[in-house]
Amino acid sequence: MWRRLLVRRLALGLLTLWLVSLVVFAATLALPGDAATAILGKQATPERVQALREQLHLNEPVTTQYVNWIGGILTGDLGTSAATQQPVAELISTQIWNTVFLVVVAALIAIPVSLGLGVLAAVRRDRTVDHVISTAALVLASLPEFVVSIILILLFATTVLQVLPAVSMLGPGQPAWEVPQSVILPAAALVLMVSPYIIRMMRGSMVEVLESEYVTMARLKGLSERAVIWRHAFPNAVAPAIQVTALQLAWMTGGVVVVEFVFRYPGIGQALVEAVSTRDLPVVQAVTLLAAAVYVGLNLLADIVTTLITPKLRTAEQ
Amino acid sequence: MIDQTVAASERPSPALRRWLWLEILRNAVRLTRTRIGLAIVAFIILIALAGPFVAPYSPTEFVGPPNSGPSGEEVFGTDALGRDVLSRFLYGGRTVLVLSAAATVIGVAAGVAVGLLAAYGRNWLDEVLMRASDVLLAFPPIIFVLLLVAAVGPRLWLIVLTVAATHAPRTARVIRGAAVEVVERDFIRAAEAVGEKHWRILLGEILPNVTSPLLVELGLRMTYSIILVAGISFLGFGLQPPTADWGLMINENQLSITVQPWAVVLPTAAIGLLTVGTNLVTDGIARAAIGIDRRTE
Repeated sequence: MWRRLLVRRLALGLLTLWLVSLVVFAATLALPGDAATAILGKQATPERVQALREQLHLNEPVTTQYVNWIGGILTGDLGTSAATQQPVAELISTQIWNTVFLVVVAALIAIPVSLGLGVLAAVRRDRTVDHVISTAALVLASLPEFVVSIILILLFATTVLQVLPAVSMLGPGQPAWEVPQSVILPAAALVLMVSPYIIRMMRGSMVEVLESEYVTMARLKGLSERAVIWRHAFPNAVAPAIQVTALQLAWMTGGVVVVEFVFRYPGIGQALVEAVSTRDLPVVQAVTLLAAAVYVGLNLLADIVTTLITPKLRTAEQ
Repeated sequence: MIDQTVAASERPSPALRRWLWLEILRNAVRLTRTRIGLAIVAFIILIALAGPFVAPYSPTEFVGPPNSGPSGEEVFGTDALGRDVLSRFLYGGRTVLVLSAAATVIGVAAGVAVGLLAAYGRNWLDEVLMRASDVLLAFPPIIFVLLLVAAVGPRLWLIVLTVAATHAPRTARVIRGAAVEVVERDFIRAAEAVGEKHWRILLGEILPNVTSPLLVELGLRMTYSIILVAGISFLGFGLQPPTADWGLMINENQLSITVQPWAVVLPTAAIGLLTVGTNLVTDGIARAAIGIDRRTE
């Protein structure tokens, strides 16, 4: 049953991505004047504008432009940067891996820590530890990512302690894993941004499971509290938290933009901000489409996880 | 905390539910967290609105050497260009508040309209509206805003509209979810039977019955609006220099944070407090709404 549902979801995801590609492409058409004048500015000579128009294929019909663009992207050719004339793929390849590194580090810390804190809050429900964790989660969940990042910089890189770099000190084209301390604060910011949601969900579902009969049974059988919590309650409570985790990873695709900019961390988000300020549309479009693909993929994953773990949903759609 | 004295049998009729929003807000205000949230929000709004009238200097006036520390005349010192930090802070809050409020109202209104139409229209209209929402939902919000800023340029109206566009599909889903149940109820059939116009059924019968999720959405979207608008402005795509603006102030002074932290600390604290405040209020409203909904079921 759910295999058909899975295929349907995947098809819907692909359809959505195709429509997204139309929107991303349409952004080019939204340029007042056209891309060439927007990039070169009003003072550019007509010859230069004409040359750039040729290079960007702006003289061809819109449909041809779209087919060329999407065809290129599907075959790995992300286009040519309007600002530096380099191939976009070459331009952002180091940045992509830097961002992947940052996000993976953040996820590897955030997931176990927040699951653990969620369990702790549930086990010590309505006691001081629970109140502290829950209040901190509520406050953190409402803060913008740049506020959290600036607080980290004030605490660890400038005013209070000076143990970490306030901005990344990577040379151009240098991969982030060669200078590991450059990733600590950006990763910490991402961890603080995604954890509250995972903690809250883990706490909520753990509280529910701890009140269930089989947990009482396990306790009555005389099992140690540790075994009751980790072997009996946790596996049954973790599923909703996994779904939220997938959604939080999806959030990171947007969250890295501001966090990377604060720490001047040379990742894909920083590349996007630079491209927006120079109005380098080919780069912006490639990054946007990439981010949307990752975002849709992770949301789909969260969807599928929810379906798989909710018996009612699994059987509802015939 | 929440007034539970009204018996379940005194279930309000659809007509009485028109005042539901007032009841929810009244109950929300009784919660401590809502009060703290309201106090914080009121404090920040006061700074933003009254600030320009009490600022000692003009926000663009050069009053001393760059990055000088606090002194008798410049209470929080000067910024990276030598302008008075306090004055720029007092002037810099209006735009983020106005833009965020506008984006919230437009986005939630559009979302409510789409959500109600989808729930009531069913079939093809529902399908078309929800697929269109899916496309907008496929963009991480900030990236969607940046895509359009890259195409059109940093314009304030564009930020309001794009932020609103990121809210609309999310609100639409929530409102549709709540309205689908209402559409099935008898009083809607009754209204249709007596030939009530469709738009009157939508606004007069269905809308008052999705008040709880609507109020929560307003609060939630306001928080996200502030986060997005301030974030865009921090990236340098909002108000342009030399205008004073909290997000932009952080951007301009971040590199001199070691010598002159105040120019970063003040706007960062204001934006952080504001979002914590709006989120506390939203949390209070959500709790009050759950209390009232349980009672009337």
